[in-house]
Amino acid sequence: MSQVTEYSEKVMDHFSNPRNVGEIENPSGVGTVGNAKCGDIMRMYLDIDENQIVREAKFKTFGCGAAVATSSMATELVKGKTVEEALKVTNKAVMEALDGLPPVKVHCSLLAEEAIHAALWDYAEKNNITIEGLKPPVNDIDETEKFYEMQG
Amino acid sequence: MSDEIYLDNAATTRVAPEVFEAMKEYFSIEYGNPSSAYRFAGNIAKKVSEGRTIIAESIGAKENEIYFTGGGSESDNWAIKGVADALKGKGNHIITTKIEHHAVLHTCEFLEKHGFEVTYLDVDEFGRVNPEDVEKSIRPETILISVMFANNEIGTIEPVKKIGEIAKTHGVYFHTDAVQAFGHLPINVDEMNIDMLSTSAHKINGPKGIGFLYIRNGVKISNLIHGGAQERGRRAGTTNAAGIIGFAKATELANANMQETIKYESRLRDRLIKRVTEEIPYSRVNGDLENRLSNNANFCFRFIEGESLLIMLDQKGILASSGSACTSGSLDPSHVLLAIGLPHEIAHGSVRLTLSKETTEEDIDYTVETLKTIVERLRSMSPLYEDFTKRNVG
Repeated sequence: MSQVTEYSEKVMDHFSNPRNVGEIENPSGVGTVGNAKCGDIMRMYLDIDENQIVREAKFKTFGCGAAVATSSMATELVKGKTVEEALKVTNKAVMEALDGLPPVKVHCSLLAEEAIHAALWDYAEKNNITIEGLKPPVNDIDETEKFYEMQG
Repeated sequence: MSDEIYLDNAATTRVAPEVFEAMKEYFSIEYGNPSSAYRFAGNIAKKVSEGRTIIAESIGAKENEIYFTGGGSESDNWAIKGVADALKGKGNHIITTKIEHHAVLHTCEFLEKHGFEVTYLDVDEFGRVNPEDVEKSIRPETILISVMFANNEIGTIEPVKKIGEIAKTHGVYFHTDAVQAFGHLPINVDEMNIDMLSTSAHKINGPKGIGFLYIRNGVKISNLIHGGAQERGRRAGTTNAAGIIGFAKATELANANMQETIKYESRLRDRLIKRVTEEIPYSRVNGDLENRLSNNANFCFRFIEGESLLIMLDQKGILASSGSACTSGSLDPSHVLLAIGLPHEIAHGSVRLTLSKETTEEDIDYTVETLKTIVERLRSMSPLYEDFTKRNVG
């Protein structure tokens, strides 16, 4: 479990005291990315006002310490930003804000970026608008179906 | 460390004070090389020899059938590669199981790249190997059967005696990885028809870096390390005298208290399993409840992931391990949990708690209470749990 001891203090802080955990009722946009089979699922909720500014961001995550920390940081980074600015919050930005991630955990930051994009895509679809440079999210969470059929 | 609750005794154990005491002088006072001729090395050579006897007798073997190695992985590697090399003219087929330790699995995979064929047997939902499957898999070219004595992750004890009988009837060598069983369960290599057996000292309160491979006299196996005459010329290298002396002491202690330890640990283990499965919803215990190592409990908690659970347990002073992908550095969760039929999603949420005779009932109760809080917290953050509860309500 060497990678856990490689977590930076910021990662541990965002894991232990995650910011913005929860749901938003009637969100402007919500996106879920990842795959239970691989062990990471992130869901991001955004509340976006009429000026296209992200007022509120919340998340729920199933995953490792890095997955929780990157989700938490991603919500912090998009809050207060315009939709265009939020789109530019890359996995690299999330990683840098967390003082880096162990190499095996870099995919968690990619997932955080995808979660932002998925939520923005949902917002764009609901409002019938096009956000330049935004691609539709890859939905690969079908595996979860099997999950519900299992009796504990 | 004294404040921590150490529940990872299948990973390693604390060196017992008696063991440390027994080893001490062989580092700095009686530091001679047991192979030397002068009297200074005589006592240490005698101590090593006594240690070999203690260890041999503990499994019903002869002294000249015990070969000291660097530990469990080395022993497994030697048994499998050594027999494969010695018998390659006779056959190229090996039978093992899907739940072996990587020291066995990766060795078999290595041999597959060198022209050997390996059958990896399935196990049932409790992790048990069916001896009939072993028998059915034997071919004329089968040279080795390797089935672990007890599983390191889920604690299932395998029907080693039956498999040994089958191997003997068919004239095939039988190796067992007994790293988790030696010193924890009674073992007799003759009664169980075991031809080779791997162990490691640090799993039984001995030092790290020492183990042995039992090799029945007459078994054809290639030498492991070429060099000096140590270990009858089969495994050269300066004798790890202090290690052997410590290992022998640990073996003595483990055997003297074995039944008592089994009884004590089983009671705590059963309390832990009962409380967790009754008090935490959507949890399950993995492995066989009857044929199980007395110190092993392994759980899955749905909707949460193992590494997060481990970090939070660590923050509360509980040291455990998990079969989640995130702790193995690969994308797949534990091969053992997958082999007993769990889907990836469930296997990711596993935790292994392995007790020792130092574990107390208070430790167990604190662990259960802590687990309840952590599982609830992680579920409150889990989108899978959110979906599950919404589906059940709606």
